[in-house]
Amino acid sequence: MRRRWLSVLQRYPHLLEWGYRVTLAMFRGLRPLMARLGYNRVARLLVPVERWSKGAIFGCQMCGQCTLHATGMTCPMTCPKNLRNGPCGGVRPNGHCEVIPEMPCVWVQAYERSQHMPIFGPEIRHIQPPLDHRLAGTSAWVNLITGRAQDTGIVWGEHE
Amino acid sequence: MNKLVAGSRLERVLRSGRFAVTAELNPPDSADPEAVYERALVLSEVCDAINVTDAASARVHMSSIAACALLVRAGYEPVLQLTCRDRNRIALQGDLLGAAALGIRNVLCLTGDDVSAGDQPQAKRVFDLDSIQLLYMARQMRDKGVFLSGRRLEVSPKFFLGAAANPFAPPWEWRPYRLAKKVAAGAEFIQTQLCYDVERFRAFMQRVRDLGLHERVYILVGVGPLRSLKTAEYMRTRVPGVYIPDSVVDRLRRAGSPQRQREEGKRICVEIIQQVKEIPGVAGVHVMAYAQEELVAEVIQEAGLLPRPLQPARAHAGAPNLSNRRAGAYEAS
Repeated sequence: MRRRWLSVLQRYPHLLEWGYRVTLAMFRGLRPLMARLGYNRVARLLVPVERWSKGAIFGCQMCGQCTLHATGMTCPMTCPKNLRNGPCGGVRPNGHCEVIPEMPCVWVQAYERSQHMPIFGPEIRHIQPPLDHRLAGTSAWVNLITGRAQDTGIVWGEHE
Repeated sequence: MNKLVAGSRLERVLRSGRFAVTAELNPPDSADPEAVYERALVLSEVCDAINVTDAASARVHMSSIAACALLVRAGYEPVLQLTCRDRNRIALQGDLLGAAALGIRNVLCLTGDDVSAGDQPQAKRVFDLDSIQLLYMARQMRDKGVFLSGRRLEVSPKFFLGAAANPFAPPWEWRPYRLAKKVAAGAEFIQTQLCYDVERFRAFMQRVRDLGLHERVYILVGVGPLRSLKTAEYMRTRVPGVYIPDSVVDRLRRAGSPQRQREEGKRICVEIIQQVKEIPGVAGVHVMAYAQEELVAEVIQEAGLLPRPLQPARAHAGAPNLSNRRAGAYEAS
């Protein structure tokens, strides 16, 4: 596993979600500039930054489709089964992972943290679509701003 | 909640408001179809549908689709368990079409036990989709007639779609909401993990009713007889997601001899069935005991759940003639 020497920040999910909100607003504001510089060039700069910062805090696996705010500011890709929609049925009675017994279940933590997130906490109930594996290793921020993260080329419409 | 989507027997039993019973069949370590028929024989008349596991605990057996297809050929009603552990989305969609073409009408969409739980932990785990995404995709194939790519199907697969729930594993408070997510994704029936803690389940069902989910999905409670103290100890320590309270283990310990333990295990299971049956919102039970089909049949009988309704006349073309053997098996049990 990647070293997560800033993971202590995860004890403050409300601060992290606030940080997420600020970063999102910043990138939205910078969008025209990013477009002018070229998204590819910006992505080349951002990838190492994202890898370092999100890696140190969340153990980010660089899936390129960041959903942290909807998963209790806890990276679902650190779940050994990469589950994006909640815990499997194998969680141990002590709240630890079925696969790695010494690790707390990612989704038990995600749920607890989401309870302390007034802005995005309830989004943990949303259904997350399947990943686009072509985006692995790319910049999630650029993908979000360009819409690439949302438009993965699959049919994933509303029912009823 | 009354319109038929697949017309399977399980669906008809549930929608008619009857208390449903399904039983689990573990496919054999064999290339011989007889091994499947032998196990099915014991279960066929004590349940509404036979639920076929997909390499449970990540241990390889005959594939669940093949075993289900054999059951269909013999005139039985299978529930196909389909997990995301071994197949990516391309394989899953192909298998869903194939399963429908083979006459399978019920699918239980699961994430699956991790490869590390089995005897081949060297394997690559897939988990391209999770159970909720699989459910959603299967429903889109059925209702919209499209693959995930948007490409149109000529004929869409008609499935009665199910999913699992584990009210006995943390995070307990979230489990009802996770169930809600599965219902939103398309689950029409739910099968729970083995229930040995009725109080925990009662609390779960209270939340489920508060959320109104019991009116949108049929909930089958997973139950199973513990054959012995050893089985109980094995299951509580080694089988992912199974929680067995000390009080249950103590009852088995006090029972004494292996024969008495078997009887006590059955009695505990029958008591649990009778208790959960009275909980509002429970639509049926799913009875499972690994490779113990006779024990399952005995439990269903002793819980007073026989005879089963809507038993079909089994005279499908090409099906093996099992009528003599079936009668024999029943006298024996």
